[in-house]
Amino acid sequence: MPRTLKALLPAFLASLLLAGAPPASAQDAALIAKGEYLARAGDCIACHTAREGKTFAGGLPMKTPFGTLYTSNITPDPQTGIGTWTSDQFFQMMHNGRFPDGGLVYPAMPFASYTKVTREDSDAIYAYLRSVPPVKQRNREHDLKFPFNNRSLILGWRTLFFKEGVYKPDPTKSADWNRGAYLVEGLGHCGMCHTAINALGGSSESQAFEGGLIPMQNWYAPSLTSNKEAGLGDWTIEEISDYLRKGVSVRGAVYGPMAEVVYNSLQYLNDDDTRAMAVYLKSLAQGTSPDKPAAPLPSAENSLLMSLGKQIYDRECASCHGAEGLGMPPHYPPLAGNQSIQMASAVNAIRMVLNGGYPPGTAGNPMPYGMPPFAHRMSDDEVAAVVTYIRTSWGNRGAAVSARQANELRAATLN
Amino acid sequence: MCESSISWLRWGLTVTHRFLPILSLLASIVLSPGVAQAQTTPQPPDTMAARVLACASCHGAEGEGTSDVYFPRLAGKPAGYLYNQLVAFREGRRKYPPMNYLLDFLPDPYLKQMAEHFASLRPPFPPPAPPTVSKEILARGESLAVNGDPQRGVPPCASCHGSTFGGMEPAIPGLLGLRAAYISAQLGGWRYGTRTAAAPDCMQIVAGLLSEDDVKAVAAYLSSRPAPTDPSFAKHGSLPMPLACGSQPN
Repeated sequence: MPRTLKALLPAFLASLLLAGAPPASAQDAALIAKGEYLARAGDCIACHTAREGKTFAGGLPMKTPFGTLYTSNITPDPQTGIGTWTSDQFFQMMHNGRFPDGGLVYPAMPFASYTKVTREDSDAIYAYLRSVPPVKQRNREHDLKFPFNNRSLILGWRTLFFKEGVYKPDPTKSADWNRGAYLVEGLGHCGMCHTAINALGGSSESQAFEGGLIPMQNWYAPSLTSNKEAGLGDWTIEEISDYLRKGVSVRGAVYGPMAEVVYNSLQYLNDDDTRAMAVYLKSLAQGTSPDKPAAPLPSAENSLLMSLGKQIYDRECASCHGAEGLGMPPHYPPLAGNQSIQMASAVNAIRMVLNGGYPPGTAGNPMPYGMPPFAHRMSDDEVAAVVTYIRTSWGNRGAAVSARQANELRAATLN
Repeated sequence: MCESSISWLRWGLTVTHRFLPILSLLASIVLSPGVAQAQTTPQPPDTMAARVLACASCHGAEGEGTSDVYFPRLAGKPAGYLYNQLVAFREGRRKYPPMNYLLDFLPDPYLKQMAEHFASLRPPFPPPAPPTVSKEILARGESLAVNGDPQRGVPPCASCHGSTFGGMEPAIPGLLGLRAAYISAQLGGWRYGTRTAAAPDCMQIVAGLLSEDDVKAVAAYLSSRPAPTDPSFAKHGSLPMPLACGSQPN
């Protein structure tokens, strides 16, 4: 060990000389590294970087039911970025959703979640963002419809949906649980999708993590509290961790908006934090496992749908997912007993059949297997039949799907 | 209060971390029967062919294309070209929502492997479709493809794609085995900006010089050509390339 250090010393000294400017102290470097990690956990890059744009320079259009927002430049450029902000002002934004001049931030920025982030962690993220290359790129004006272009409306939103406050650990729970809760409720801002959004664009605290349709994207973010949806009460910690970090698990794989979260954020979290999130998420699940399957309705229409569905399934799906829906986990997800297929909302199951999908390519699963799209090969009736078959076979207890539901999702935004 | 409990937590995590090798060794001993069981679960083949089955429903299992005239053959195109297209779709520079969606979260090295996979395949070419246009239009298409239109500054296809239209390494595609509808849709995409390549985007310049009738003629001619006798690409730098192309730096 000492020998290694000695060998490294000249290189270290050389690097000091080459750097020219006084080197950042080891303490600063550690703070910046911590901030980078936490910025990953907060998934800042997903919104604050446009496609093929400069990192953190903003400009990504975000379509909302109220109009299009353009994300802001958070590089340290003094004119167009946040180069003149102090760490106090940065914390004010994260914690309270206010710009340095006191102006109100649109809640597309998840400050209602980030408010739980500690001052210490906010300062680390601040230090990291100060260290990234500054980019001169002016923020684009938002394009919001009347009356939502009036920022004072945010005050009303805040009264209804925003509760300021750093995360308070629950002393009755384990350290893992508290760390997981801090990450899930705070930087992870999971509630932004997994809590239903109402007509005012707010998430109700009483319905936290109970699931909802993601506006504009037409994917259903399942409930994290109900075992009938994506409640993880029946999953092992390892299965949840695989799902979060690799994007695939023996219980199911991530697609759609969750694939983005794993790709940009969760795959970078360390073992301890992934495990902590898994512990907390598992504890959110309430109630019992799904009931025994209800007897399928013996109507003539349904039995026709089922026989057509089985025919299509055996021809198109069984080669990967198996005649009994067991799949070849983790790469070909199981369909039998898969909660995301049986939820009240059939949106995700229909979209998978129409659009197919690849789980994200991650360090833990760098070459994912893909599901082919069938939109161009199946009629609405065929999609309805096969999805109905999958939702009601092998003990699955989802409801039948209509051709109209399938047809409506053909027009869903793909990306 | 809050910060101190967090630092306690950190300390706890650090301790766990230090003993992790021992813990994982113990865990592997305890779990080994489970691991053995997991290995018997049927697994998909560990091949690129199995991984790109998602592509097969539109492009064919070997990238040979399908009966849908808008879905192109991928097999045997230069890997650099295929890789550029995969990246362009992922980043939205080439717009086709089903492709943009599928590639959204796939990293560069994997896209490179996908490109190399399809570039290495040589399934048989389909018989060329009987032309649906007049002899005059076909002749005009041939003239444009082989000679260009020097008066209007239109370079011949052959000057970059090769006299047999087989493409050039690393990133200029072959033009055979494609249907007229696909070729004209791509030229249209360049004219209207839904398909773009790295700057300078030479094909955007070429497509901008073509009239609707030119597009129809050249698409009809290229799609009527029989399969190449030699499926290899022209060597990098062996063709004159009258325009600078960002995707094929000289």
